[in-house]
Parts: sequence; structure tokens; C-alpha cells
Amino acid sequence: MATGFRKPPLQFSLRLRRALGGQAGWGGLALQVLFVAILAWIGYEIVANAKGNLEAQNTASGLGFMSNTAGFEVSQTLIPYSQTDSYTRVFLVGLVNTLVVAAVGIFFATMIGFMVALGRLSPNWLISRISGGYVELVRNLPLLFQILFWYLAVLRMLPNPKQSVSVLDGIFLSNRGLAIPKPIGQEGSIAFAVAIAVAIIGGMVLRSHSRRSLFRTGRALIVWPYALGLLIALPAASMAVFGTPFTFEMPILKGFNFSGGARLIPEFVALAITLSTYTAAFIAEIVRAGILSVHKGQMEAGAALGLSRGSTLRLIVVPQAMRVILPPLTNQYLNLTKNSSLAVAIGYPELFSVFAGTTLSQTGQAIEILSITMGVYLLISLVTSGIMSIYSRRVARSVGA
Amino acid sequence: MKCILTAIFAIVAGISLQSASAQEQESAKPKTTLEAVKARGALSCGVTQGLPGFSAPDDKGNWTGLDVDICRAIAAVVFNDPTKVKFVPLSAKDRFIALQSGEIDVLSRDTSWTLSRDTSLGANFTGVTYYDGQGFLIRKSLKVNSALELNSASVCVQTGTTNEQNLADYFKSNKMKYEVIAFSTADETIKAYESGRCDVFTSDISQLYAQRLKLLNPADHAVLPEVISKEPHATMVRHGDDQWFDLVKWTLFAMINAEELGITKKNVDEMARSENPELKRIFGTDGNFGEQLGVTKDWVSRIIKAVGNYGESFDRNVGAGSPLGIARGLNKLWNQGGIMYAPPIR
Repeated sequence: MATGFRKPPLQFSLRLRRALGGQAGWGGLALQVLFVAILAWIGYEIVANAKGNLEAQNTASGLGFMSNTAGFEVSQTLIPYSQTDSYTRVFLVGLVNTLVVAAVGIFFATMIGFMVALGRLSPNWLISRISGGYVELVRNLPLLFQILFWYLAVLRMLPNPKQSVSVLDGIFLSNRGLAIPKPIGQEGSIAFAVAIAVAIIGGMVLRSHSRRSLFRTGRALIVWPYALGLLIALPAASMAVFGTPFTFEMPILKGFNFSGGARLIPEFVALAITLSTYTAAFIAEIVRAGILSVHKGQMEAGAALGLSRGSTLRLIVVPQAMRVILPPLTNQYLNLTKNSSLAVAIGYPELFSVFAGTTLSQTGQAIEILSITMGVYLLISLVTSGIMSIYSRRVARSVGA
Repeated sequence: MKCILTAIFAIVAGISLQSASAQEQESAKPKTTLEAVKARGALSCGVTQGLPGFSAPDDKGNWTGLDVDICRAIAAVVFNDPTKVKFVPLSAKDRFIALQSGEIDVLSRDTSWTLSRDTSLGANFTGVTYYDGQGFLIRKSLKVNSALELNSASVCVQTGTTNEQNLADYFKSNKMKYEVIAFSTADETIKAYESGRCDVFTSDISQLYAQRLKLLNPADHAVLPEVISKEPHATMVRHGDDQWFDLVKWTLFAMINAEELGITKKNVDEMARSENPELKRIFGTDGNFGEQLGVTKDWVSRIIKAVGNYGESFDRNVGAGSPLGIARGLNKLWNQGGIMYAPPIR
């Protein structure tokens, strides 16, 4: 009886009881059912009460308003929009604007955050103090204040369009934003795009080939000149065969503003800068904590192998730190997306401003519009955290934990 | 098992408690707005977050303005004390929610009377307190003399107002292009205009004059002559209480009628002793008009003693006697060339 005797597997009803009632058995199950029933009842009361009140006040309700004409303009529209479009279109315009500023913010916040974290851990006294000062300054000031600072302070320093700073007569910086030439697709544009895609795929194939040869023979093949050659030669060939892929439409000062070209509005720039610098301060601390959580023996082992500090961090420490970093990093991404709704203070036309702001006050249908807006933010957040948890599972697997 | 029993007991107790409070609510439900205001001891009145001349706190924290006077007049009718008002500052887009939810009894916040607002918000407009229209404020240095020269301009506007749609309509019908930047509060809008983000600031003309006072050099900015919309500013109450609707409506009418009959803050006591039948009806010495409204007989003299007649309130807050110095224009009485007109008290 050295191994002791094995328990027989639980019977079905017992297993069910465990799953549903936990340690408390059937009693626990009854409590859970009761709890759900109470929650459902509270939810029902809230909905019924709101509905009753709306009916009593004779307030319009339902989603019929979504197909009505909006009748107002929006300053940044990445999908076609005019004032004769419906509120549904306004909703989509706002949603796209929110997603764009969130994506740009997340990208730069991650970049700045990692750099500041590495800077703070750097043996260089000055760099580590500057990075530390950055974190303490930025994360301790209210976000709304920072948004208004970047918007009003920076805007005031920029000249008016007539005196705008210009580079090569194609790029103009003024208090109306940054006007740049806009590429307009010509006949050769599809072939050009295909050529670039092929070149990128070719470069990736070359890279994986070189890695395989590194693992097989221990010798790294130098492939980057070939990859670069592909990237230049293929598009050039496509241009030679199919003609110029696009021409540029130049911005020209006409009347009060620049017409033609593309324009980055100051509201977007101010919001993107604030969101990325603010969130970067928190990300920096998360990354620093993650790196410090890796045993310092790993760093010493890397040094013993003759790896440089940068290579040790990149190849050994950061991959292990990622497991600790990812969950709180996800939180920061979600915060950034939700904080983008503060744009309402500086007139960036994101979802909260055009839909839960203008549309709400024009239609007065608060319950519907606020529920839709909340649902969308919830959905964006769930998708973001879903993507991050897939990524974190992959990291966990590759580290072998 | 014991814990289940306790839980069930607690829930049963909860349900019976809930139904008891529901019964209480049932008996309290017919409580009118007037009774609720009296029980609270103060009128809850929705105003702007600070618009000089219409509703803004002065340096001592007292709210003053034309819209504020309407609230004070109602408080005077109900309590005989114009200070018994709780002012609730609201942004343009929050104002209707506050009224719908019952947080305020009256919305007196330069709100334009439109059909969609009247029908879809669960609220009613009681009467026009100020006839306004939308216009443009622009830097004199840009040398623009007409709104028709504004093609391609950047325009700052406050979101949640009728101004956004009027602006779109005006530029579209005149085949002009523009860029709109919409801010959530009036302060942010005027700051963005001041920083040069926009060439023009658009709003109701009364608001343009009021906001211009906040600029560094008000004299550098001018209001263009075009008036692109009708903006009748009116007071609002919730649906479902006709007595309250009447009371708020006739408070304004009493102020306008008082101006027409020459009753002022100064001569109100003297006029109350008059033998003129029209004045006797107004002051309640003949008939019971105040009681028909659910208040006291002397309701009109309470209003006039508190805030004066409509003309006095206008002059003191936005007209010649104020820093805004807006001309009476459309807001003159009907018999003096304007369109301000109130049904008679009889």
C-alpha cells in the first residue's frame, strides 16, 4: 500500500453538485439560483420603471431616430459624411474617430512607455533621472488638465494660416493643424501596392530562412541587403511598367484655410499626444516592475555568455517579463481608449462628442443613446482585452511556463 | 440549511418592505410640482454655467440675469421670497436630462423653442422670455463685413445647441464650405476662438455680446450684421403637471403685462391701491385669479417687488443699464414696435 489507494471517480450527480454548488453542495446551488433571480428582478424593475416614466412623460423612445437626417457637420471624417446623412452615419464617423485616436495613442504610449522604463533602469545617471522625472510629472497631473494644456498652450504658439510655417511649399504648420500633400491613386497604384506587399512577404521568407539556417548550422546568413533590394527593386519595376502610382494634391491657402491636400487637425494631435504621453508614464512603471521581477541572475547569466546589455534585455529578460507586464498593460490600453472620451473638451469629434453629445441633445433620447455608447465602449474594451489575452497565452507558452 | 432559511427570510422581508414603500409612493404620487416645491422650501431652477446678463453668479456668488429673474419671480409667487431658489448650473447638453429626471422644476436657460424639443423631450415651453437669433463674432482685423464672405472659414460652435444645425443649413444654402469645431461648454468655445483655432464664433447674438466681454480686447471683435435663424428663448417645464405649467407661464405674462400697464418696482404699492378695473384684477382686489393659479391673490405684486416688470429686468440685466448694452429691438412691447406680447389677466 505504498502508493495509497486511489479515490473512485466522482459520480455524475456528485460532479454536477460540485460544479453548480461548489463546496456548499445543493444548498449553495439554491443560493445561486436565488441570487440570479434577485438580480433579474432588479434589472426588470429598472427597465420597467424607466419605460413607465418615459411613457408617462410622453417622451419619444425607440431607435427610429437613427435613420433621421443629422443636419450638422463634423470636422474630421475618415469615412464619407455630409450633413444630409443619418444619425447612424454620425455614429460610425464618431466610432472611427475614437478607434483611430485610440490606436495611435496605444502605439505611441507603448513605444514611449518601454523607452522610459528602460531609461529608468539604465545605469546612466542622467537618463535614469530624466525618465524618473518624466514619470512622476506626467502621471501626477490630471488628464483633462494635460489635454487642455496641449491644446490651448500649443495652439496659441502656432501662427495663423497666412503666416504658417512651410516646408518646401508642400507642408504647412499653422493653428489650423498640419496640412500635407495628399496622394491620389492613379492607374499604376494597385500594381504598386501589390509590388510592395510581395517585397514584404519576400523579406519575411528570407528572414525565416536565415533563422532556420542559424538553428541548423549555427551560422546566421546575412539577408538584409537582399530584403532591401527587393523592397526597392519591385516597386521601382512596377512604376516603370505601369506608370506613376499616384500624384500629390498640394494644400493651397484659399480664403481662410488650406484647401486640397490632407490635414491633421490640432484637436487630434493634442489628444493623441496627451493620451500617449500620459498612458506611457503608467506603462513605463508596469514595464519596469516586469523587468525587475525577472531574477537578476538572468542578467548576469547573459553577461557571462558575452551578450551585450541590450541583447540580454531583448532576448532573455523582456520575454520573461512580458508575462508579468501583459495583464496590467491591457488595463492601460483600456484606460486609454476610455479616456479618449475626454476629447469632448477640445472639440475632437469622437464617439462621445458627436453621438452622446450633439446627437443626444438634438434628439433628446438619452436612454437609447447612452446605452448604445456604453455598449460600444464595452465592446471595444472586451475586444482589446480578448486580443491581449490571446497574446499573453502565446507569450506564456513560448516562455514555457 | 440554516443559511438558506435566513436568506429566504431576508428576501421575504425585503419584498414586503419594498411593497410597503411602493404603497407609500402610490399615496404620494398625486403630489404636484407646486406641493413638492413648497415641501422642499426652495425652487430648483436650471440655469447656464455662467452667461453674463442671462444667468451668471456675481462676485458675491448671487445669481443674476434675465433668466434668473424668471426663477426668482416664481419663487416670489410661491414663497413671497425671491431668494428661495436653488440654482442648478447645466451645460447645453445636460439641461434636458436634468428636467426630465426631476432634478429641476423649471429650465430657464436661454433655450430655443423648436418643434422637436417641444414634442420629443417630455417637456413644454411656457413662453418666450427673449427673442434672439444666431449670428457671427469675428476679428475686426480679418476685414469681413458680411457672413456671406465666410467661405472656407473655421467656425467654433457650442455642441448641444440649435446653432450647429443652423450653421450647417446657412452654409449649405449659400453654397459655402466651412470647418466646424464643436466644444461642450461656452467657455471652451470662446477660448478656442481666442486662441485663433477658428476665424468665427457663432452663437445666439445675445450670447455673442455676453461672451465678447470675456475676451482680452472686446473692441477688436465685431458681430456681423447677418441673423441666420430665429431663436426664441423660452422657459421649460416637465409634462404632466398643467397647474405648474400655468403658474410658470403666467409669471412671465404678469411681468410683461406689468410693463405694459406701467407697474414698476417703485410704484407697485401705489398702483395696487388704484381704482382702475384692470389694475384691480391684476392686484387681486377684484376677482380670484391668483387662487385660480393655485397661489395667493397678491401674486403679481410679489413678482414686481422681487424683480420688477419685464422691461426693468431687461434693462438691468442685458439692456442699457448693463455692461452688455443690448438694444431692446424685437423684445420691445408690441405697442412700442416690438413683438413682446402677453395675454391679458382677466
